[in-house]
Amino acid sequence: MLSVTGLSAHYGRAHILDDVALEVGAGEVVVLLGRNGAGKSTTMKAIMGLVPPSAGSIRFLGQEIAGREPFEIARRGLGYVPEERRIFAELTVMENLEVGRRVAPPGTAPWTPERLFALFPSLGGMRDRPGGRMSGGEQQMLTIARTLMGNPRLVLLDEPSEGLAPVVVERMAKAIRALKAEGLSILLSEQNLHFARVVSDRAAIIEKGRIRWGGTIPELMAADAVREQYLSV
Amino acid sequence: MENLVLQALSGLASASSLFLVAAGLTVIFGVSRIVNFAHGSFYMLGAYLAWTLVTTLPRGHLGFWGGVVAAALATGLIGLVVEVLLLRRIYRAPELFQLLATFGVVLIVQDLALLTWGAQDLLGPRAPGLRGGTEILGLRFPDYELFLIVVGPVVLGLLLLLFHRTRWGTLVRAATLDREMVGALGVNQRMLFTSVFFLGSVLAGLGGALQLPRESVNLHMDLSIITEAFVVVVVGGLGSLGGAALAALLIGELHAFGILVLPKITLVLVFLVMALVLVVRPHGLLGKAPGPAHGGAGSAEPVIGPAPRPLLWLGAAALATAVLLPLLAGDYALSVLTEFAIFVLFAASLHLIMGPGGMASFGHAAYFGLGAYGAALAAKWLAAPMLLGLAAAPFAAGLFGLLFGWFCVRLSGVYSAMLTLAFAQIAWSVAFQWVEVTGGDNGILGVWPDSWAAPKLVYYYLTLALCLGATLLLRRVIHAPFGFALRAQRDSALRAEAIGIDAFRTRWLAFALAAVMAGIAGGLFAYAKGSVFPTFLGIPRSVDALLMVLLGGVQTLSGPIIGALAYTGLQEQLVRLTDLWRLILGGIIVALVLFFPQGLAGAARARWEASRGDA
Repeated sequence: MLSVTGLSAHYGRAHILDDVALEVGAGEVVVLLGRNGAGKSTTMKAIMGLVPPSAGSIRFLGQEIAGREPFEIARRGLGYVPEERRIFAELTVMENLEVGRRVAPPGTAPWTPERLFALFPSLGGMRDRPGGRMSGGEQQMLTIARTLMGNPRLVLLDEPSEGLAPVVVERMAKAIRALKAEGLSILLSEQNLHFARVVSDRAAIIEKGRIRWGGTIPELMAADAVREQYLSV
Repeated sequence: MENLVLQALSGLASASSLFLVAAGLTVIFGVSRIVNFAHGSFYMLGAYLAWTLVTTLPRGHLGFWGGVVAAALATGLIGLVVEVLLLRRIYRAPELFQLLATFGVVLIVQDLALLTWGAQDLLGPRAPGLRGGTEILGLRFPDYELFLIVVGPVVLGLLLLLFHRTRWGTLVRAATLDREMVGALGVNQRMLFTSVFFLGSVLAGLGGALQLPRESVNLHMDLSIITEAFVVVVVGGLGSLGGAALAALLIGELHAFGILVLPKITLVLVFLVMALVLVVRPHGLLGKAPGPAHGGAGSAEPVIGPAPRPLLWLGAAALATAVLLPLLAGDYALSVLTEFAIFVLFAASLHLIMGPGGMASFGHAAYFGLGAYGAALAAKWLAAPMLLGLAAAPFAAGLFGLLFGWFCVRLSGVYSAMLTLAFAQIAWSVAFQWVEVTGGDNGILGVWPDSWAAPKLVYYYLTLALCLGATLLLRRVIHAPFGFALRAQRDSALRAEAIGIDAFRTRWLAFALAAVMAGIAGGLFAYAKGSVFPTFLGIPRSVDALLMVLLGGVQTLSGPIIGALAYTGLQEQLVRLTDLWRLILGGIIVALVLFFPQGLAGAARARWEASRGDA
């Protein structure tokens, strides 16, 4: 569904992504693991067109999207949930959802606010609350819900567990598994291995802008040396 | 009592008109972050187009009101064309460059309007059905003014409905908060920006068209309204519609009652209020602190290194020319060269706060003018010899630089720039209205150099020596520890403070130093011209300085020098060659912004680095 090959990016003269390759199949959840500053968010942004890739190919649903503008990429069915959440603070929950709304591709059941409130029950009770006056966990739910309103085929989910209380992380994991059950493909980025392993099928490890390791979750859990080298702090 | 009520009503009518224009400006700024100088030009075009339509269409209700609406829509289309052809290409450019581009549009529109409608004031017909008056408390009040009082709130209501009850409005408000995120959610920002620009221009055009029955249409409408509209938008809080309404009300009534109570300081009153509001509320009445700048060009400013060898040779050659050429030049050429030297220093002084300092100033002419007045007043009232007058110039400018700077450097971005403008306008009004001391509009005459410096050649060398010395000193400052601290606080005030740099004090001193240097330039200018006038501190001269620095390039040391020479030379040549110099200058500015977004010196440096292959 999403196939990234040879992706490189620069900030000025600094090389920040180098020959990144990733593959996400239909209905699959793939996690991009790595420490702070390893290049996880930049990979997400480069796929979304928010950081211009300097080389490489990004194919989504069989079409090349590298070099396209973010809104065009989003319209093809790629959803993006940024790490910093970036809720529209002065807009209400309903208005935030409205900004994300796009017509669903024919033959699929579109996301509606009601369906999303079933997925994230705490949002349902605060429809008219401005985004700026919500807790971090509620904002994280809202930013995912907002992206789902665009009826994406695949979602880039950038560190959804960051800064959340354990009980909220638990709820987040449940929601992601529910989305996977709906058939949504997800590319997740995480530092939190415990969160990642319960929701993901496969993992790729990134370090200093390069993919260092790839395999299934059971393979990763068996490879102690890999985890030690790239993920322990 | 009755009079006061009528005065208040007429204040409301002005507030209404002002609100229309300011609403368009603030909506455009909210989404695009562009400080649109050309908004006043759209207002003027609205008035001219309405005049043409209303006088050509058949008389009667349809002719008049149809003409007004058609003029507003036509203005909207003109705004749309400007957005698509020009602004769309520079949304990622630095804020001040966008300002420069819109100023180019102002110049172009001025000449196009002159070509189309001529220089004479045009009088439009009165509005059909609203020609009479209504009796209020026994006094007659014009019906048309009553109509205007209604228009403002109606438009405000419609805009609020549009922004809060439609999908388009929701998207616009979201884009105001984080435009990149809106794009990542699949919204075509380009369409959104263009439509917002259309709406804003329609409002400006409507504001202008509705003035037709009230006042004559003329070529000065653009700059007079844009200053007022900026004041309203800034006082209300950038991007806030409600704030604009509140501020329009405040300014409208201030005008109405200011004339009754304090006729002597009407010009300054508005700017005093703006200064006061910004000192108390740094983001305007209803404005919020701008969030993190998502979606802007987040690249770091280039590092300033020592000049490469070829540039040193070029500088030496320029210097040799500056020293030797005058020996062959006539009196006129000497005057021009003297001005060149003065403007190089003036631009370099502004560059210190804009480039390394990272602050914009819309009112730098204040210090140039204060220097000039310092010298002239010393000569006139103290009969001071020239050297004493020249010493008084930086002293006066520096003193006010310390005073005004103390307020200005506390704010950031457009707010800070507007406060510099407010202080400059206050200084200008004092020079203009305190006739007993400053001579008012007639200025101070007879400020001539002492006899030893009277020959133009001698005065030129004196000017060259002082300006060159001061400009080199400014370069030295930028490379000194103080300059490092200045650049550090520009790049990150928080981090600079964390390593012990007093960001406020650093900015404040830089501001005062820039004022001192501008004062030297102003003092030299006074003696070169033999007279000083309030125009020395006016907005056009501030804009000149801004253009010089931006033209040359903000982030290069040679930028202001090249910019000053290019701009002064270009303007001087154009004024001599053609009546349409504004059109050509505006066209050149627009072309420069599109093709050399780093300024002339910046573009030269990019080429130089590319040719050495280390880009």
